[in-house]
Amino acid sequence: MNLLSLHSLTVRRGECPVVDGVTLSVGPGECVGLIGPNGAGKTSLLRGALGLLPHEGTSNLSRMAPAARALQAAFLPQGRDIAWPVSVEDVVSLGRGPHLRNDKADAAAVTRALARMGLESYRHRTATQLSGGEQARVLIARCLAQDTPLLLADEPVAGLDPEAQIKTMQVFEGLAREGRAVVASIHDLGLAARHCTRLVMLHQGRLVADGAPREVLTDQNLAQVFGVRGYHAETEDGPVFLPMGVVR
Amino acid sequence: MTRVFWLLAGRVALLFFASLLIGPAALGLGESLSALFRGEGGPVVLVMQEIRLPRAVLGLMVGAALGLSGAAMQGFLRNPLAEPGLVGVSSTAALGAVLALQSGVAAAFALALPLAALTGAGVSVLLILLLAGPRGGALSLILAGIAISALAGALTSLVLNLSPNPFAAMEIVYWMMGSLADRSMEHVWLAAPFMVLGMAVLLATARNLDALTLGEDAAQSLGVDLNRLRLMVVLGTAAAVGASVAVAGAVGFVGLVIPHLLRPLMGGRPSLLLPASALGGAAMLLAADIAVRVIAPDQDLKLGVLTALVGAPFFLHLIWRLRGVEA
Repeated sequence: MNLLSLHSLTVRRGECPVVDGVTLSVGPGECVGLIGPNGAGKTSLLRGALGLLPHEGTSNLSRMAPAARALQAAFLPQGRDIAWPVSVEDVVSLGRGPHLRNDKADAAAVTRALARMGLESYRHRTATQLSGGEQARVLIARCLAQDTPLLLADEPVAGLDPEAQIKTMQVFEGLAREGRAVVASIHDLGLAARHCTRLVMLHQGRLVADGAPREVLTDQNLAQVFGVRGYHAETEDGPVFLPMGVVR
Repeated sequence: MTRVFWLLAGRVALLFFASLLIGPAALGLGESLSALFRGEGGPVVLVMQEIRLPRAVLGLMVGAALGLSGAAMQGFLRNPLAEPGLVGVSSTAALGAVLALQSGVAAAFALALPLAALTGAGVSVLLILLLAGPRGGALSLILAGIAISALAGALTSLVLNLSPNPFAAMEIVYWMMGSLADRSMEHVWLAAPFMVLGMAVLLATARNLDALTLGEDAAQSLGVDLNRLRLMVVLGTAAAVGASVAVAGAVGFVGLVIPHLLRPLMGGRPSLLLPASALGGAAMLLAADIAVRVIAPDQDLKLGVLTALVGAPFFLHLIWRLRGVEA
């Protein structure tokens, strides 16, 4: 059973398609990195898939009623937005909104999400007074508390320190091992290569490569899509990839 | 937090009874309270049932409506500067009333003025939904509201400008200052259904406003239907505030200051702020309405003048305290 299935998904801004006929299926156990240069259509793809943008083609998520979709997929938007000075615990609890109220289960899910993101000691802090990276982690914890089979995250590790970046990617890997699925747009190709089970590469709205990290991050793809060349190696700690220079 | 609710509720109850007991006619405590429930006529019964009771009930309802609408509007627009009049309801309701006063319709029958104001509020809702479109975001709503307010304000000025009758003009100016003096139970019965309905709709938005704390995309992904939420906030505010303006005129600052004041006590959560602001608004309006009677019993000091006079410096004080925190 696919958790996400898009067929010929096209999102237009005016006349111009920013996502152009993308067909994509993601099943349980996958941690998918959505990569592509700025303006490739990563955010529009995620928002279109959820039905937050008008689109052509089909998406299994956008067909659902909002309440049902909220139980199927959690979404971390790119903008880190916390409008009011609420506590960290209250922000994370918002992830429980779509579920039928059950105080015990809700409290357990919130505690679990805080623990997973290493935020236990932040529980009673005011979210708006935290640093940007800390707020980002709180918002990821909110998505975890939603406890959905699928997580769509728009640049979840942007602005995090190295430790938090690695830990966050490990949380995503853990979700995949539990039989859930994660689709995360990500600019750090090294992190993507190390932690994702599969990479999906977008270029000018089109899906240009889809497969295991080593198959997607080829010299040709990197040059054509990103305009960079990179360094690959296999180490005891797993694959290493580092962009080394520009080619155009 | 429960303690804050009890404190607020206690204060509202206290002020409600104070409002019943304070007035130019010096009545004894037991005498006035028993007069509320007595059937037969007599001056004390008349004063209590026909003058003070409607005034206290309207103070309670108008304050609650303004406080609640302010909290809902701030929660929906995610902006602490939002106030209930932002979508243009207050100014169009005022325009409706002004037209009724100017044309003399207001004198035709007792409820002509509030009915005209309610019609004005209804027109503004239609206009705003038309202008902002069915899928419009918060920004188009604010801009449409500003445009409608400006137009209604200009038309009100035009009526005053061209008014051939200085007494009508004076009446209009006084009416626009907002007051609860000389209202009857008929005003209560006219406004109550709209206010109760509007407030019920606004209270039902609580959970969705909480989710909106994280932005429109996150709220939608949490299952919030934004178009429906927007419709609920606009209609709820229009009904509650339109009815308030219809019976009390323009009473400013309650909807802006009260949510501000109570937000820190509610941990910032919009869902808790809604009922708290309803209670806080009721308390503020009842207190202000008592104050106008006590400060200047013979001068008919207008309620809206006092709320702005107290509200504005208080607001400045809040900003002064905030300036260090926000930077």
